[in-house]
Amino acid sequence: MTPTLTVENLSVAYEVTDRGGVWPSQRRVTALHPLSFEIAPGETLGLVGESGSGKTTAGRAILRRVDVAGGCILFQGADITRASGSRLRRLRAEMQLILQDPFTSLNPRMRIADLVGEPLTVHGRAGTRAELRGRVASLLERVGLPADSAERFPHAFSGGQLQRVGIARALALNPRLIVADEPVSALDVSVRAQVVNLMQDIQREEGLSYLFIAHDLAIVRQISHRVAILYAGRLVEIAGREAIYGRPRHPYTVALLDAVPVPDPPAQRLRQRTAPLAAPPDMGAAMQGCAYAARCPRATERCRAEEPPLAEIAPGHKTACWHPV
Amino acid sequence: MADSAARQAPSRRSRNGTRLRAFAAELGEDVPGLIGFLVLVGIVAMAIFAPLLAPHDPAAQSVLARLAPPAWLPRGNPAHLLGTDALGRDVLSRIIWGARATLLVGVAVVLLSGTFGVIVGLVAGYVGGRTDSILMRLVDIQVSFPGILLILLIVSIVGPSLTTIVVVLALTNWMIYARIVRGTVMSVRAAPYVEAAEIVGCGPARIILRHILPNLVSPLLTVAILEFTNVVLAEAAISFLGLGVQPPATSWGLDVASGRDYVYVAWWLVTFPGLAIAITVLSINLFANWVRVTTDPREREKRFGWSKTARRLAGRS
Amino acid sequence: MTGEPLLSVADLRVVFPTRAGIVRAVNDVSLAVSPGETLGIVGESGSGKSVTAQAVLGLLPLPGRVVGGEILWRGKPFQAHGAGVRGKEIACIFQDPMQSLNPLMTIGAQLVETLRHHARLGRRAARDRAAELLAEVALSAPARRLDQYPHELSGGILQRVMLAMALACEPRLIIADEPTTALDVTIQAEILALLSRLQRERGLAILLITHDLGIVAGLCHRVAVMYAGRIVETGEVDALFARPAHPYTQGLLRATPTLEAQSERLVSIPGAPPALLVPPAGCPFRTRCPIAARPCETLPDPARTETGMVVCWRAGEAAWADIPR
Repeated sequence: MTPTLTVENLSVAYEVTDRGGVWPSQRRVTALHPLSFEIAPGETLGLVGESGSGKTTAGRAILRRVDVAGGCILFQGADITRASGSRLRRLRAEMQLILQDPFTSLNPRMRIADLVGEPLTVHGRAGTRAELRGRVASLLERVGLPADSAERFPHAFSGGQLQRVGIARALALNPRLIVADEPVSALDVSVRAQVVNLMQDIQREEGLSYLFIAHDLAIVRQISHRVAILYAGRLVEIAGREAIYGRPRHPYTVALLDAVPVPDPPAQRLRQRTAPLAAPPDMGAAMQGCAYAARCPRATERCRAEEPPLAEIAPGHKTACWHPV
Repeated sequence: MADSAARQAPSRRSRNGTRLRAFAAELGEDVPGLIGFLVLVGIVAMAIFAPLLAPHDPAAQSVLARLAPPAWLPRGNPAHLLGTDALGRDVLSRIIWGARATLLVGVAVVLLSGTFGVIVGLVAGYVGGRTDSILMRLVDIQVSFPGILLILLIVSIVGPSLTTIVVVLALTNWMIYARIVRGTVMSVRAAPYVEAAEIVGCGPARIILRHILPNLVSPLLTVAILEFTNVVLAEAAISFLGLGVQPPATSWGLDVASGRDYVYVAWWLVTFPGLAIAITVLSINLFANWVRVTTDPREREKRFGWSKTARRLAGRS
Repeated sequence: MTGEPLLSVADLRVVFPTRAGIVRAVNDVSLAVSPGETLGIVGESGSGKSVTAQAVLGLLPLPGRVVGGEILWRGKPFQAHGAGVRGKEIACIFQDPMQSLNPLMTIGAQLVETLRHHARLGRRAARDRAAELLAEVALSAPARRLDQYPHELSGGILQRVMLAMALACEPRLIIADEPTTALDVTIQAEILALLSRLQRERGLAILLITHDLGIVAGLCHRVAVMYAGRIVETGEVDALFARPAHPYTQGLLRATPTLEAQSERLVSIPGAPPALLVPPAGCPFRTRCPIAARPCETLPDPARTETGMVVCWRAGEAAWADIPR
């Protein structure tokens, strides 16, 4: 079966203007080092990383929202790296995005009906007014919102409800892939579970794929089939869920997992006592070798000199480390 | 949450069928807005029906009746309710007729310069990059060029007329709109909901019209009202220099300007046309404020009692 | 914990009179923090947890007003202690350190200013003490940090600076309002470990406000769970996590995803927290509670539990379908 999404050596670089000197000078900063992965139909890949890890950039590059510096993106087998114009527009219908903050990602001046119906309208799939209204109503029902929501404005809703509107909007065009960028991290704990469950139900029924970008490993575990860990713009480990959580191999993955606070007092007290206290080193300097070497307890001379390649160390389990755990 | 939302959501019927009635009902809720609206309607009607309303010919001079004070004062002439000017012309009639030129120039200039400035600002802010730099330098140049000089130049070449005034004032007043619009567009462009709209497949035209432009309503209304006053006064200055409204036609601005010399002997010459300008601007202000609130669902919510503060507190401990 | 509490709050009520009506943000909240103790207040947005802290600090945003109850510091109201108690003996750290720091002053200048004002130190002595404090919050190269501006430092480092600033006045109590919410997981773990160490070493009392049960589990001795402006349950941390009595606490614990294998679906609490403008009569959780019954239409009196209290007619009953966690 063709994967929904194949990413091969995708990299992103930004031109940064330094205004420190007399004349501004251009500098090229690599935000994302060559990254490769696949997402099968009906599969969720969790993309985990901390701020500055490049996880958001990766999601935007796949949606062709930022310029790709190298590599290619295959969507349902077709190369879309250079797609533009009307082809890109058609592709956009198949790949949708759910944003983090539901309060700012919906136009406050539009009614829910117009927001959910907008994708259909702009792609010329709205049909008659009655058809559009019917379609919007069924989308709202699909995400568990009352039918009378349609005529209201966003400010009348809670965060969880607005995120449901965001999901309904993303679903309107029957996409095959949804990039969800931290979709629940702005929500309350009790509401998070509702949205995660909804996303899982929709996936089961529609067979669509998710790229679930998050920093919260516990939520990622709940929804993902496979998980990829990014550090400083590099893919450091990718494996099935059970492998990542049961037997992480990269020292950074281990550190991330150890850092998650768990709601179990004796266990959490123990974790807290073993957490590293040393401050992270300055990251600005140009790095040679493994990006994580400066923070890594297992780092050796080799790590500081040579960048480890992403290698398969078990079936379906790849990591970029000279000394895997 | 459910009942509160239902309370403020207008029903479907009011949205489609009886829009006018809904408009009237909503305007009725806001007394200052309603007053502003009614006064404006009155002023416009006065300008349109000037020939029927004016008791005298505004240009008819009478040396005998010159500088007569308003009718209720001693020496006042009941035939001239608001008095007469230095040439014995009836002030009330001149105000009624002057509304035509004043409103025409004010509204036309604000619309023309506003439209032009908004387009420039939208393009500069939305496209960005080099286009933005070029357009904004153009604005800078125009701003730094003395406006009155340009006006004198153009008018002396083309010759004075109402059309010339409108074009010339529009040419010297569009920059402020461009700057304000560009700034707002740039900040709104970065809003997540604009990115969301782009992802959904909205083209640039729709993004600009549906998602960005509505955010401009309130700052633009504020600026346009301020500009309206400026334009009325600028028109007065130009007319006073003899390059604008040509006698025997008149405008409020011209009346104020030419009455200035008699401030100490005949205060009514500046006061009544001035009052006319003030009342017009005030009622536009009141009405525009209502428009601003009505076009913003969040502002509406505030107005109709469901306070934003309350929700912010409920939403974030 | 025995002995006289440092801070005790009894029947606190805070309202926000607005155009729309009176928002009852905090209702009948009572709590006490003893020396050397960490009390956690857990709740979702709108639960009143931050408003409670603001009321204690005297920093209620307008138009908020305390309309009932009392706040005692070492047995006496604040007024009886004279000015300066709130800044000196009680220190606070907030979610966003950037908001509490002056962007135009170096870290050192701000620390020195605090030290000179509160500890009445000379210029040299204050600078030395500032460097010491930065070392105490485990910052590398403290002397160099003193000359840096806030924008040059990352969020994690700034939060350490805030902590150093809080410690500068030798406080007895630190009020920490979501101190790690804006930070990455690994940085959060470091700050939590630091807080826990400082507390042990200095015998500090901490009032920790958070939405994250994992953080409470590791750091707190006692917990108060807030919902819709009321405390619904209190207890010692181990007992409360092991045997939550209130249906809301039970739901919150189960809705929190963990790193261990569990069921495919999270337990989710339906609906959203009520608007405080029109709170439901009786138990505020009634509308979302799976075991709500007739008596819940009135508010029950607090009942004693093993180690604290609970406000529920059906306390201790299993509210949510039995899903192993």
